[in-house]
Amino acid sequence: MESGTGVMPAPMIDANVTSVAGQVPSAPVRWTLTAVAVGFLAVTLVLPLVVVFINALAQGWQTAIAAWKHPDALAAIRLTALTLAIVVPLNTTFGLAAAWAISKFRFAGKSLLVTLIDLPFSVSPVISGMVFVLLFGAQGLLGPWLSEHGIRIIFAVPGIVLATTFVTLPFVARELIPLMQAQGQEEEEAAVSLGAGGWQVFLRVTLPNIKWGLAYGTILCGARTLGEFGAVSVVSGHIRGETNTMPLHVEILYNEYQFAAAFSVASLLVAIALITIIGKSIVEWRMQGSLRDSAGIVRQQHPAPNGGLGDED
Amino acid sequence: MKIEVVDVTKTFGCHRALDGVTLQVDDGELVALLGPSGCGKTTLLRIIAGLETADQGEVLFDGENASGRHARERRVGFVFQHYALFRHMTVFGNVAFGLRVRPRRQRPGRAQIRQRVYELLRLVQLEEFAGSYPAQLSGGQRQRVALARALALQPRVLLLDEPFGALDAKVRQELRRWLRRLHDELHVTSVFVTHDQEEALEVADRVVVMNQGGIMQIGTPPDVFHNPASEFVMNFLGSVNVFHGRVEGGRAFLGPLQVDCSSDHPLARPARALVRPYNLDLDTRSNGRPCFLATVRHIHAAGPRVKVELTTEAGAFVEVDLAPERYQELNLSVGESVFVSARDVRVFVGDEPERSHRLEFQDGDSPTVMDDLRPGTEGRSG
Amino acid sequence: MKGDRSIASETKMGFCRRRNRRVLPGFRLTLGFTLLYLSLLVLIPLSTLVLWMGRLGWEELWSTFTAPRTLAAYRLSLLGALIAAGTNAVFGLLVAWVLVRYRFPGRRLLDTLVDLPFALPTAVAGIALTAIYAPTGVIGRLFASVGIQTAYSPLGVVLAMVFVSLPFVIRITQPVLQDIDREVEEAAATLGATRLQTFTRVILPAIIPAVLTGFAMAFARAVGEYGSIVFISGNMPGRTEIVPLLIMTRLEEFNYAGATSVALVLLLLSFVMLLLINLLQAWIRRGAPV
Repeated sequence: MESGTGVMPAPMIDANVTSVAGQVPSAPVRWTLTAVAVGFLAVTLVLPLVVVFINALAQGWQTAIAAWKHPDALAAIRLTALTLAIVVPLNTTFGLAAAWAISKFRFAGKSLLVTLIDLPFSVSPVISGMVFVLLFGAQGLLGPWLSEHGIRIIFAVPGIVLATTFVTLPFVARELIPLMQAQGQEEEEAAVSLGAGGWQVFLRVTLPNIKWGLAYGTILCGARTLGEFGAVSVVSGHIRGETNTMPLHVEILYNEYQFAAAFSVASLLVAIALITIIGKSIVEWRMQGSLRDSAGIVRQQHPAPNGGLGDED
Repeated sequence: MKIEVVDVTKTFGCHRALDGVTLQVDDGELVALLGPSGCGKTTLLRIIAGLETADQGEVLFDGENASGRHARERRVGFVFQHYALFRHMTVFGNVAFGLRVRPRRQRPGRAQIRQRVYELLRLVQLEEFAGSYPAQLSGGQRQRVALARALALQPRVLLLDEPFGALDAKVRQELRRWLRRLHDELHVTSVFVTHDQEEALEVADRVVVMNQGGIMQIGTPPDVFHNPASEFVMNFLGSVNVFHGRVEGGRAFLGPLQVDCSSDHPLARPARALVRPYNLDLDTRSNGRPCFLATVRHIHAAGPRVKVELTTEAGAFVEVDLAPERYQELNLSVGESVFVSARDVRVFVGDEPERSHRLEFQDGDSPTVMDDLRPGTEGRSG
Repeated sequence: MKGDRSIASETKMGFCRRRNRRVLPGFRLTLGFTLLYLSLLVLIPLSTLVLWMGRLGWEELWSTFTAPRTLAAYRLSLLGALIAAGTNAVFGLLVAWVLVRYRFPGRRLLDTLVDLPFALPTAVAGIALTAIYAPTGVIGRLFASVGIQTAYSPLGVVLAMVFVSLPFVIRITQPVLQDIDREVEEAAATLGATRLQTFTRVILPAIIPAVLTGFAMAFARAVGEYGSIVFISGNMPGRTEIVPLLIMTRLEEFNYAGATSVALVLLLLSFVMLLLINLLQAWIRRGAPV
């Protein structure tokens, strides 16, 4: 940054009174900065993608496709899909409930609650998995009781679902809370004063306004659910065909030096990740569009910014 | 429908938004709640609508206590300050909303809803916009959609929160007159909140002037304008010249104004005299009436009235509002010294502007003493 | 709604003070569900860790924590995360600047790609990075030729950390940069500031809270990262073993006590980071244009 901007002061001195001079950056600076940024992203982001696909096809299409069709791979795909089908709806429901409570009502301890919702983001995934082992594992607090009753949580599907839910818990709520706070509650109040009941308000007024944010949060939640490795790794026990999710299956193949197979399954995950970020940017674009629409309304309606309590007069 | 508000108090945290407010709105009346920012008028409106709950006191609709009724059941039409239109619905969808969310048994048929919505859109002159979205409308149009939406359920009461607040001056003028006509047509009991005195005086049947969570005065527009019950009301309802001074030994010394007044207070007390700019007159020579000298500083002659800015010998700023004919007669110029005389001077005695004696002077020299002590929260309604 | 009725009937009785009735429905339902869900899934599980700590006692905790292997793991994790977050602060600011200010072909594509580390499973990132930086890999070969080992060394750990924490600074700085009014820069120019002065005195102060927030988030993420690092680090105890891996190893040995004592400091660190990030975000909001 320094070296780039350091190039231009001298010729600028006599031009600095005209504000236009400040607007058009000199070409060398511009190109240097752009080249550095593009180079950095190319090496850190694009190169790994390319490497995955090259390695996947290193032994030809046949090997790659065979790796997908292997029973263990199929079992991993099924387990990942099952986890996705349980975790995403749960965390979406949670996100909606939390965002509704936080954005539409005043109550004590709200900011603490928001912070708590963020907590899983800052906890190491290994610890996220570990707390469930400490709770339900063989030597865990509830371990003896569970084994007496023949319930398996750790090294079984429930543990994987729990750990994944923990890790992906904040995604939907994080997207919705600021969005719904920004939208306020006037529309909902208007609906109530027009006689709408609770579900009618939610389904007819709130939901259409947050649909893009909801989609965005759900996509992020889904992506993380698919790819979660650390937490799942702790609770899964790596039982082939039973408790291996797709990322764990990639790990096993890799550790067994089946590189082509590992990269081939990984390339599936890369494809899903690419679809995710493309979907995400489409949703983002739509959301900005609808935000711009509403911002237009808001801006025209608020001649002066006012905050505070219900009384705005 | 008649609305009664009885002794309503509301506190937000440690801010007292409403302090024992009592008010009655008669059937078919159009009442304005007028006051500065934060005076509690919006809170009062929201409590009437059931969108906010009073800490104490009741709201009665036609004598029936409505405090226990949810906003949904009050049959109140509420027009929000920023309209709160459903942005993802068309104008038609917005207006039809209240009808569509009714329980299935009371819900009108599709055709009926359609008919009713178009009826309302005709009323607000927005028929051709039925398919538009709120974002595609101008501020004034959105305002009218909000109104049509509130009217769809044939509310018993129409409540409007700063209905013209977000519009530009010209649209505001038009909508004001239009709302007045609409009210004369529909005769639904209506209450609207505003901080614009002109708007309140022009549109309402009665004006409720509020400040700091209490009612200062209730009365018809001419009543509150010509007989302000307190210094606050007089100040709020139009521009005034204020002269500071004291009342002592039967005389009031108020800057350049000195008038006899039979005050029974033996001790000197601070006082202020308030005069509206149009109640001051200028003369190039002394005409025998009590007057004071001032220098012309600036003249605004563009407009229906001529505004003259002056400074007194003590340096105080005085604004005078003259008829154009009078201005031409005087042939004033900047820097000239003139004699200022006052017609209707109101003297308020005491430290607290809201709790003051009121001494009334006629023509500046024959004071009629109105020595009634009026606590600020009680209105003098006419 | 039933609750509302009962409150209403109380008011008819007269002077009892009501709680503020809520006009919008669902407060108790949604808040109740939120608290229950959060307790069951986050608070109770996390408090198990504290319970375990209680079982252990200070001495055992201390001796495990001060064991050379643990200390080495902490040194690597913290230093590595610090270097990675720092790298991302510098490059992230640069990338954000370029993406916001300049128009060039492929900009939108790059902008979209920035999210990749969030979407890509960390295990996939791990094997891909290993393939690149291994002594036989595309880049690893270059470094190996000058005698620098990248994969299977602390440098490899840092590289993986850089990858997983890359989007934070960019994504947090971008909107703040976008919000900076061009007029402010023009004003600085009319007042005689050079472009460097404008950047350091006008723009930088405005975006520094965002960069710091991004830095803190990147650091928190990098310290806790596991998936991508285990592949590239080589996992040599005392040299390339990171804290999450040490916890994992202890768990695999069913040594829950050992795992707990190692994890505790990491967990405390994440609480501190969470607090810090919250404070930083409050700072951003305060500085936001009205």
